[in-house]
Amino acid sequence: MAEVKEKTGQKFIYSEIVEDHFFNPRNILKQEKEKDFDAIGEIGSPACGDVMKVYLKIRENKIVDFKWKTFGCASAIAATSILSEMAMGMDIEDAYQISAKDITEALGGLPKRKIHCSVLGDQALRKAIDSYRQKI
Amino acid sequence: MKQSPIYLDYASTTPIDEKVLKAMAPYFGDVFYNPSSIYSLGLLAKDAVDKSRKVIAKFLNCQEEEIIFTSGGTESDNLAIFGYLENFESGHIVTSEIEHPAVYEAFKKLEGKFKVTYLQPDSNGLISPADLKKALKQNTVFVSIMYANNEIGTIQPIKEFTKILKNHKAVFHTDACQATGYLEMDVKKLGVDLLTLNGSKIYAPKGIGVLYKKKEVSIAPQIVGGDQELGLRAGTENVPGIVALARAVEIISSKNAKKEKQLQDYLIRELMQIKGVKLNGSRVRRLPNNINISVQGVEGESLLLDLDKQGIAVSTGSACSSRDLKPSRVIRAISTEKNAHESLRVTLGRFTTKKEIDIFLKVFKNSIKRFQEMSPYGRS
Repeated sequence: MAEVKEKTGQKFIYSEIVEDHFFNPRNILKQEKEKDFDAIGEIGSPACGDVMKVYLKIRENKIVDFKWKTFGCASAIAATSILSEMAMGMDIEDAYQISAKDITEALGGLPKRKIHCSVLGDQALRKAIDSYRQKI
Repeated sequence: MKQSPIYLDYASTTPIDEKVLKAMAPYFGDVFYNPSSIYSLGLLAKDAVDKSRKVIAKFLNCQEEEIIFTSGGTESDNLAIFGYLENFESGHIVTSEIEHPAVYEAFKKLEGKFKVTYLQPDSNGLISPADLKKALKQNTVFVSIMYANNEIGTIQPIKEFTKILKNHKAVFHTDACQATGYLEMDVKKLGVDLLTLNGSKIYAPKGIGVLYKKKEVSIAPQIVGGDQELGLRAGTENVPGIVALARAVEIISSKNAKKEKQLQDYLIRELMQIKGVKLNGSRVRRLPNNINISVQGVEGESLLLDLDKQGIAVSTGSACSSRDLKPSRVIRAISTEKNAHESLRVTLGRFTTKKEIDIFLKVFKNSIKRFQEMSPYGRS
């Protein structure tokens, strides 16, 4: 019994990478205003209610800052967080190619049923890049 | 220093009470025999089953032969529904939109053979007797409505339902798994024909349940084999479980319920002062151990896992806990899909303390702030 009690809060339902990004998410939008960014993309999943919003600063076709907000389960938060790290510093042409599969692999895998709803950040990113391209 | 874990998910399952554990222990060891064996050692085991049956019959105010021991709530619900409806080729049956899956899925499965009405709850999570009255048809043969809801703890007016059915041939079943320990369990006063009771919600172990079946109601067994339980449920009796269940109903006390009610009042009062928190289900017609809330801009599974990291165990109706990714059917029925995603269920029990509630509140407040800050819905 003592052994079980010590383990409370120790086991986690997803991979260690998901756990890390869920508890220590990178690059969340905090103080900055929307107008400080060059492009914004938002996507929602009607199936499971998750909503993701990405904010980009782009210089010479490079993503120099990537901030985000997410309403969703642990895997959705982790997926957006890891995407922000993957895309940071990337050429927008390359960032446009990041797929849900890339994100899932970077997370060390996700339960199958979670993939299509948690991993939406790539779509939000493409939306942001599309809007940026239209603007310039 | 790490705090010891805080369990606030009693509606999911309860720990085994030490008194219960003590009562059942001999039946794993010294008295391990099969109650069907007619030598004296077997009779010892049979004696324990008989005595336990007597205790439970007294608890429900029914006859001993009206008690069928099963493997738990799900089996009892299935036995009541499929067992009774085997008597019919067709007809109309009624249940509610907020039933436990053990009832709801059984009705779904019967849709091909029977016409099914799913009664909708009001925004408080209550099923109206007037709606039941309206739904009844001449060929209605069966009605199943839960006593208290497992997600939002709302208490249904069972006596009013059975009063309506007094002059109707339809048989009435109620799932009383969550209600046991808190509400009236006298089947005569309730007027029910079939009632489900589950050990693992009342401080007895998992794997033991009861179906109360009024003598005049006939059902077909769904597990066949030996002639245990008057031929209605085959299989060697779970003697330790049966003894445990009897002990568990013996030690039910209104003092515990009162204590839980006080803690519930306190917790709800505190929660309602937090911006963006809203209670799901009736404040008044509610089990004393259930608190179900939605937190604006905070997804339930995320919140659950964050609380878990800090040693607190609760439950959610968010999509992510379900296979089809749809959030709680119960909360959707009384509120919006978004509220269902944002829902959190906190259920108290016999061993919950004020100190635990205070720690929960502190951790909860910090945790929701973290998620609201990263949510595009925000709190702004």
